[in-house]
Amino acid sequence: MIEVVSTERCVSCDVCIAVCPTNVFEAGPGGIPVIARQSDCQTCFMCEAHCPADALFVAPHTHPVPADSPLRDEEHLAGTGLLGSYRRELGWGRGRKPGARLAVGPELRPAAT
Amino acid sequence: MINLDLTADVVVVGGGPAGTWAALTAAEAGADVLLLDKGYCGTSGPTASGGTGVWYVQPDPEEREKAMASREKLGGFLQDRRWMARVLDQTYENMNRLEAEARYPFPIVDGVPHKRGVQGPEYMRRMRSWIKRAGVRVLDHSPVTELLVDGTGTVAGVRGHRRQHGTGYRVRAGAVVLATGGCAFLSKALGCDVATGDGALFAAEAGAEMSGMEFSTAYAIAPAFTSVTKTAYYGFATFFRGDGTWLEGAGSQGGRSVIAKELLRTGTVLCQIDRATPEQQRQMRLGQPNFFLTFDRLGINPFTEKFPVTLLLEGTVRGTGGIRIIADDCATTVPGLYAAGDAATRELVCGAFTGGGSHNSAWAMSSGTFAGRGAAAFATALGATANRRRLTGVGEAGIQRPFDRTDALDVIRREVHPYDKNYLRTASRLEPALAHLDAVWDGRRGGAVATGGDLPGVRQAAAMVAHARWMYTSALARTESRGMARREEFPRLDPNQYHRLTVGGLDRLWTRPETVTGRELAVAS
Ligand SMILES: Cc1cc2nc3c(=O)[nH]c(=O)nc-3n(C[C@H](O)[C@H](O)[C@H](O)COP(=O)(O)OP(=O)(O)OC[C@H]3O[C@@H](n4cnc5c(N)ncnc54)[C@H](O)[C@@H]3O)c2cc1C
Ligand code: SF4
Ligand code: SF4
Repeated sequence: MIEVVSTERCVSCDVCIAVCPTNVFEAGPGGIPVIARQSDCQTCFMCEAHCPADALFVAPHTHPVPADSPLRDEEHLAGTGLLGSYRRELGWGRGRKPGARLAVGPELRPAAT
Repeated sequence: MINLDLTADVVVVGGGPAGTWAALTAAEAGADVLLLDKGYCGTSGPTASGGTGVWYVQPDPEEREKAMASREKLGGFLQDRRWMARVLDQTYENMNRLEAEARYPFPIVDGVPHKRGVQGPEYMRRMRSWIKRAGVRVLDHSPVTELLVDGTGTVAGVRGHRRQHGTGYRVRAGAVVLATGGCAFLSKALGCDVATGDGALFAAEAGAEMSGMEFSTAYAIAPAFTSVTKTAYYGFATFFRGDGTWLEGAGSQGGRSVIAKELLRTGTVLCQIDRATPEQQRQMRLGQPNFFLTFDRLGINPFTEKFPVTLLLEGTVRGTGGIRIIADDCATTVPGLYAAGDAATRELVCGAFTGGGSHNSAWAMSSGTFAGRGAAAFATALGATANRRRLTGVGEAGIQRPFDRTDALDVIRREVHPYDKNYLRTASRLEPALAHLDAVWDGRRGGAVATGGDLPGVRQAAAMVAHARWMYTSALARTESRGMARREEFPRLDPNQYHRLTVGGLDRLWTRPETVTGRELAVAS
């Protein structure tokens, strides 16, 4: 689920409010969006992919992580390179090569889904 | 209260692959098109967050024959050869257009673009800008809540709610395309929580029928307590019991029921992707970066460590049932109403087998194209009379009569999510489950008529209950095992049940066998 909105990094573009398919965010004080309906989060990572400032972090769990989890600790996430990592892999952002250009997986066994 | 009153030649409901291709095609045919999405066109739905392999096959007769024959047996020979051929043609054309006109950055392999798959976020953001360039108007965060019909029962518009504005809206339209996706029952499978079967409910209320609803047992593997149901690479995995011993017969393909049984028995199944070479491991990272999001964030190396897995319900998203189609332009039995993508039945190309892996995506873009063209032609033929019709809403549960959302969500969790009811199907468990669903549908126990911001949630809940009732009714009617519609007490295929099954009704459900079409082109095997 969405766990982190970095106040420091956010550039108040409201993109996350627009793109979240399940309407999890709401405009917040000082132009920083708030996670208004976390239980509606479907853990799809789309907000993170579209945030131009690498200010969002989605933990992979489909339930909220504990308050002391490293996955809610911005410093840890930035230090380990996890913050902004999906965007990097997609090759989104200025000067990056689209990941789609490289997306050739291994040959699958027949009838894989 | 209607706060926004709009008109359009064609309304497209849903902005996933099917909806965007429908909108593009209708706009190119000269129609004024309005696309409405519950979420956000470009990120909403499983394709946007998941990405898809695509059934892209060169127009070489031998290759095409091989492609059509490959899943026929798995699909219980319910596919329609003529439809398969037209979907292969249309998909080939659309994928080429995606490169030429939307500049999708396909990988280059041996000097040629590799078009057998698309990365979801890239594909869908390009579809959004492409349809906008083509003149399509897009309203996001605007769930449709019901269809509107004219005095003759022809579909003539939609009503809905703008959830970020807190206002209602109404659209008068010449024709409506339903591209709302399948139904995964809020299981939190990747990108699927917007897919709650809304379109099927709307269609049925206007008088349309469903087909293939028994092919709805799709459950996908995900690391336990997480959402990423990308399953292709589990073909390289081995599965184990909680104590680390090998779980015999378990597998991503053909052995998923073994995983389900072990999960039911002990609650734990472990997995390790231990059969991929270092080169294959490297390719996997490039092929599907989102597959690794979970592992990287949990600090697990899936190639060297065992991790617990679960199965998440994907219902008719990676199943094949949906709104019945009766013509080449994806028309339904209701005039003015078209269906595309997962909202429609995919039996024509998938038969009784899952459409995941390649067929669903091909179907979504092709059926979207067919439906967009059909809807534009229908609207054009109506001309100016389209806007002079008197409109009535046909939404029932939660609109014309009370419906209890809390009860509905509860019955879905108890009677539809569990593997022993919906996956390992048997009459002794399906019948009581259906009775519980019927009781909640009946609604005499409570609930309310919903308005404003509450309406989309209530309608979503009603759509899921309706969906599950069609699924179980069809499942009970098919007393054999064909494709993904397996019955524990009838493990074999029954040649006497070689038909498709139509199911319909809202309060009283019925089924009707349908002759399988499009087999004349099949090569005898
Ligand atoms: C994890 C995963 C991986 C998959 N991989 C593959 C693959 O490799 N190959 C393959 O062929 N298929 C694959 N599939 C299936 C494929 O994703 C779907 O078949 C495809 O997304 C269907 O497209 P669609 O446009 O019909 O519906 P969706 O993509 O589901 O889009 C439906 C849209 O309708 C909107 N909507 C819903 N209700 C309403 C409403 N009431 N009002 C307005 N809008 C509404 C939603 O917000 C959404 O935007 C996969 C599925 C999953 C879950
Ligand atoms: S998308 Fe990122 S930068 Fe923009 S408002 Fe949201 S968190 Fe801030
Ligand atoms: S992960 Fe998906 S559902 Fe959750 S907040 Fe981000 S965009 Fe919304």
